Amino acid sequence: MASWWQRLKGGLQRSSQALTQNVSAIFTKRKLDDEALEELEDALIQADLGVDMAQKVAARLKKDRFGKDVGDVEVKEALAGYIAETLAPVAEPLVPEAGAKPYVVLVAGVNGTGKTTTIGKLAAAWAGEGRRVGIAACDTFRAAAVEQLEIWADRAGARFFKAATGADAAGLAYDALASAKREGLDVLLIDTAGRLHNKSALMDELRKIDRVLAKQDQAAPHASLLVLDATTGQNAHRQVELFREAIDVTGLVVTKLDGSARGGVVVALADAFGLPVHAVGVGEGIEDLRPFEAEGFARALLDLEPA
Amino acid sequence: MFENLSNRLNEVFDRLKRRGALAEGDVDAAMRDVRVALLEADVALPVVKDFVKTIKERAVGQEVIKSVTPGQMVVKIVHDGLKELLGGEAVDLAKATNPPLVILMAGLQGSGKTTTTGKLAKRFQDKERKKVLVASLDTRRPAAQQQLEVLAGQVGCASLPIVEGQDALAITDRAMKTARGEGYDVVILDTAGRLSIDEELMAEVAAVKDKAQPQESLLVADAMTGQDAVKTAEAFDQRLDVTGIVLTRMDGDARGGAALSMRHVTGKPIKLVGTGEKSDALEPFHPERVASRILGMGDVVSLVEKAQENVDEEEAEKLARKMQKGSFSLDDYKKQIQQIKKMGGMKGLMGMMPGVKKIQKQMNEANMDERILVRQAAIIDSMTPKERRNIKLLGASMMKRMKKMGKRGMPPGGQIPPELMPR
Ligand SMILES: Nc1nc2c(ncn2[C@@H]2O[C@H](COP(=O)(O)OP(=O)(O)OP(=O)(O)O)[C@@H](O)[C@H]2O)c(=O)[nH]1
Ligand SMILES: Nc1nc2c(ncn2[C@@H]2O[C@H](COP(=O)(O)OP(=O)(O)O)[C@@H](O)[C@H]2O)c(=O)[nH]1
Ligand SMILES: [Mg+2]
Ligand SMILES: [Mg+2]
Repeated sequence: MASWWQRLKGGLQRSSQALTQNVSAIFTKRKLDDEALEELEDALIQADLGVDMAQKVAARLKKDRFGKDVGDVEVKEALAGYIAETLAPVAEPLVPEAGAKPYVVLVAGVNGTGKTTTIGKLAAAWAGEGRRVGIAACDTFRAAAVEQLEIWADRAGARFFKAATGADAAGLAYDALASAKREGLDVLLIDTAGRLHNKSALMDELRKIDRVLAKQDQAAPHASLLVLDATTGQNAHRQVELFREAIDVTGLVVTKLDGSARGGVVVALADAFGLPVHAVGVGEGIEDLRPFEAEGFARALLDLEPA
Repeated sequence: MFENLSNRLNEVFDRLKRRGALAEGDVDAAMRDVRVALLEADVALPVVKDFVKTIKERAVGQEVIKSVTPGQMVVKIVHDGLKELLGGEAVDLAKATNPPLVILMAGLQGSGKTTTTGKLAKRFQDKERKKVLVASLDTRRPAAQQQLEVLAGQVGCASLPIVEGQDALAITDRAMKTARGEGYDVVILDTAGRLSIDEELMAEVAAVKDKAQPQESLLVADAMTGQDAVKTAEAFDQRLDVTGIVLTRMDGDARGGAALSMRHVTGKPIKLVGTGEKSDALEPFHPERVASRILGMGDVVSLVEKAQENVDEEEAEKLARKMQKGSFSLDDYKKQIQQIKKMGGMKGLMGMMPGVKKIQKQMNEANMDERILVRQAAIIDSMTPKERRNIKLLGASMMKRMKKMGKRGMPPGGQIPPELMPR
């Protein structure tokens, strides 16, 4: 627990410095008036919470403390509390059901968000727990995407299913699932090509992958993950909306939280969609995946020590 | 829930247009909405504040209050302001007059550096007939070097042979020696993605720059970037003194507030935009067009160009003749559906036409989605050639086939869509 915390905080610390400085500058100890609230709202907006969410959080603070003299830490604690409350219901780790053989996880998202890397990390984590893991390289579009994933499969010690670049992704998904069943694997992770949510032909292709999996096992895919880049701003809302329309997304993974982006849009997403956030990516290494933890995330965002 | 910037501004200005004269209070109200709209479009807050302040100063005052159509005046001021902020006129890349022209690509992980490297290589090669060498300095991401090698193969330019175990600086050396020794006109250095707060890697890319002395150091950034755009752009500019920005994934539906932010904090021009995954999807950045598009004034120029690219003129003429003769068949109709899809779908097309931004929202709400087109294409596909030519032949067997296609093929209610019925 301590190590994941440190790692996450290490990343979030730098990223939250500006937010924290902003909040601190506003509230060293002064009356919580409209002007102070507006500045606070601005600070939250700069953390990518979005205008609506920032207003919501600020409104709660107003309701609770308006007109009172408030200190810096007190305000931060209160804010972290509100944010953690919003996040708590969605903090839900992904645990493959033992009954499903294999437990099929479809991984989707826009280009470059971290799908392939996340699959490598998940595979390593689950293989480490003694599960027999398979990976299907259904990004048959991007140059060297198969080679990239194959290296991850090697690192994780996972069974690897591939086809040539340009091959039919859904066909490979179908075959991989058949093989995984035959071989009695516990988990099958399916990588897909990055695609923009507004491209209907590409989203149809994703639907097709989803459909052919269900042909063999009605419950498959058991989980459909949408991988979001923490650097993304408000467009994340559209991504969730449209990917959900296509494949019934069951959970989110947020990557690149080790960077300077604060990932505040996650708070707004939790509020708007209530989709589970399973994990966060905090680096490019195989171990840099952490369970998403509401209070830790909220407190780290505001640069508060763990409770 | 999140309308795009043009919707928002259209709403604001609709309100203004409805009034005869414009009071100071109206401008204030409009500016509040402009602020929210810009923030929702991911323009960074400090940039929004600067912008709104300037615009307000310009708007409140004689030029607006005394003008005949105040709403239009404000539209123009906001539009001009956006255009200015985005950088006035389009700025081109440096020319390969004194070869080799060295270009360094840098940016965050997954921003599109490698893809853009391939696109640039193609552009120099095809449009300017230059001899191009690309080199991947990405020794970190698995198979990154292979990715560039494959892309180079696709566009037909040279790629520096991969030597296992060499670091970024050693590869740079080798690339520069090869470029000079073998007379390349252009050499493009694709670097590994890095976080702006990663001291070690930021120092590495700075060292690469020192060694290669590129004429162009391009920051490649994602059009979907949020408030972080400011920090990332500042950090890379500080270390590399970038010469320009490439904004990728402009084919998405993000409003691209990052363009405003990055331009504003670095003062560096956005030189190119990526508009797709294929190697020809690279376009010059036109501040004027983007400002217009943001304002919902329609991107007529782009629309025309897109149409020229995608519509097979002969095919179009043939169809037009058929329509005149009254022999327009369902086959022909399907061809048109495909053409629309190529041009970015109904929504894509609508977005580029002036004045339809508002309708688009209503369309979305009315659920007039383009899956109708897909569905119709599927239905037509399932007909026999005879049936396609004469829909009156559609009998019970067709109805059965359509039912079998289930929810994919059938509109709710299980009837032939009225649009496809014989007139
Ligand atoms: N710093 C950091 N980098 C990450 C993280 N996750 C992924 N990356 C990097 O982001 C880049 C893109 O990751 P990929 O896993 O290839 O992303 P993808 O979604 O599969 O990309 P496409 O298949 O090209 O759409 C790579 O350089 C990864 O190393 C993370 O949590 N932190
Ligand atoms: N739709 C779209 N995808 C892009 C664009 N530029 C790059 N990509 C995709 O984004 C992903 C990451 O690109 P890549 O060049 O590998 O990024 P790098 O890590 O910065 O080198 C790949 O899936 C590319 O196909 C663009 O302009 N539009
Ligand atoms: Mg991938
Ligand atoms: Mg790359």
